[in-house]
Amino acid sequence: MSAGRLAFGVLLAILLVVPFVPMGGMRQYMLHVLIQIFIWSFIGGAWSLMGRFGLVSLGHGAFLGLGAYTTTLLWNFFGLTPWLGAVVAVALTAVLAVVVAYPCSRFSVTGHYFGLVTLAVGEVIRLLIIAERDWTGGSLGLTVKPAGGDSLLAIQFADKRVFYYAGLVLWALGLWVWYRLDRSMARSAMEAIGEDETAAASVGIHVTRFKVGITVLSAVVTAIGGIAYAQYIAYVNPDTLAGIGVSLRIVFAVVLGGMYALLGPTVGTALTIALAEVLRVVFGVTYVGMAETIYGLLLIVFIIFLPSGIYGSVRDVFRRPRAAAAPATA
Amino acid sequence: MIDPIFLAEAAVNGLLLGGVLALLALGLNLIFGVIDIVWIAYVDLVMVCMYVVYFLVQVYGWPIWLGSLVSVAFGAVLGMGVHLLIISPILGSAPINQLLATGGLLFFLQSFATFLWTTDHRSVRINLPTLEVGGMFLSFSRLIAFVVALFVMLGLYLFLRHTYVGTAIRAVSQDRDAMALMGANPRRVYLVTSAVGGALAGVAAALLIIQYSVHPFFGAAFGPLTFMICVLGGLGNMVGAFVASFIMSEVISIGGVVWSTEMGYVIAFVFFVVMMFARPGGILGRRA
Repeated sequence: MSAGRLAFGVLLAILLVVPFVPMGGMRQYMLHVLIQIFIWSFIGGAWSLMGRFGLVSLGHGAFLGLGAYTTTLLWNFFGLTPWLGAVVAVALTAVLAVVVAYPCSRFSVTGHYFGLVTLAVGEVIRLLIIAERDWTGGSLGLTVKPAGGDSLLAIQFADKRVFYYAGLVLWALGLWVWYRLDRSMARSAMEAIGEDETAAASVGIHVTRFKVGITVLSAVVTAIGGIAYAQYIAYVNPDTLAGIGVSLRIVFAVVLGGMYALLGPTVGTALTIALAEVLRVVFGVTYVGMAETIYGLLLIVFIIFLPSGIYGSVRDVFRRPRAAAAPATA
Repeated sequence: MIDPIFLAEAAVNGLLLGGVLALLALGLNLIFGVIDIVWIAYVDLVMVCMYVVYFLVQVYGWPIWLGSLVSVAFGAVLGMGVHLLIISPILGSAPINQLLATGGLLFFLQSFATFLWTTDHRSVRINLPTLEVGGMFLSFSRLIAFVVALFVMLGLYLFLRHTYVGTAIRAVSQDRDAMALMGANPRRVYLVTSAVGGALAGVAAALLIIQYSVHPFFGAAFGPLTFMICVLGGLGNMVGAFVASFIMSEVISIGGVVWSTEMGYVIAFVFFVVMMFARPGGILGRRA
């Protein structure tokens, strides 16, 4: 693994100096794209915390939206700093995660059924946001009230570099959480549950406790990602932060990258965002919808031809000789 | 307090909507029952067919019945196309990949429709009277849609019960491995099922376009509801889906009148989640 660590160190060093590389007028735009990649990779990583164990959620938009809207509403209406707002939002998200995960586990709602239950939850949050339009602005969304200049208390900064470094730290933290889980006993327990719940229970694994725990962890990390995105963009919208659309996008990016690898979600997210940006620049406003059309087509093609994700497939190519020598552990 | 006449009107409208929803749910359920894949983009196929009817009838002046027939045929071709191009290469993949491939189709259809036809809402204008029954105002087009939907479902039932292909479809949905051993060709059955599912989408499109206007995000509006109906009835369970359609449409319709349209959906979705915990195998189902 030392080669992997070295590569990771080099990547981190490059990312640390990016904001000071002269890029002419492109700097703001480059930073904007990279910040989005950090935040959405973080969210994708959060999804894969549970997705890799067969808990395929199609409703992570619920946690994203709940997090983002809670802090934004508390700040806009009560002037509560997003730092404290985030605590409230995380608590609420954890409660929602338990409310969803506990019965799902108790009543063995798994597979397709779990996906569709979470999808319903995601839609419920989206529709509630739209229905409560007196505070939330409904489908029009809501602008985070400006603090008037840079403010650490309000987490609002004019300089994108602040958000860049914050995003970088957030992303690294997300990887750390993923890595810790990967090295923990919980991972073995969750894998056993993912393979066969009854067998796992019979060897003394507390199935419900682990499932609820992993869902809460994933939901909370997702909510933090949602808060970060809302603070950066300073605007929240039910369609971009809740519901089926964004939930599917998160899953896409992760599956495209490969959900069983540490950097899989990051690779997938970076690729989908880069692709979306390139298509947007190429087609601009002349052909509305064309960029998304190609995006959809490419997603289908990728899934058909790279079933274990890009990162996963590339890694398999390098790992194959070793895997043949020692039978695979995965 | 709400005038009881409004509640009664909402109840009847819910019943009429339920007929069309049942058609959608049956199409999706048929495909799921046989091929074991949830077509996330199913209602987007309906959306495309609705555009077909719109253009034939409203722009080229075809009679509505002819436009509807074309829509059914187009839906069947679309269903086969989806199966051959997207589903059959990934039949052996992980379920999540299968789900996401049709999810990619959803993005594709939604954005391609935006590209071709913009986000304008378009509707077919046919002049049908509004009926007044005991103080309730009922739209005649909804009534027609309801009756046609019932007849098509009856036809589907007869097709599945009394034809050779229909029997093969039901057999595969019961045990796909045994069917292959019996000498039937599952691939052919899959293709026929996809065509039938697509044709049902075409019928639903013709019935929906006379009540609702079509826009590229039509699938996003009705899609989640359709999956939930299927799951509520028990995935693959036809009778369950039929019953669940009417439950959901009544909740939405009455909830919409008592609170607001969004709250009607919220109540329906929360009801769905609660029912999943109470009866995870569907309202009529047993756990497998």
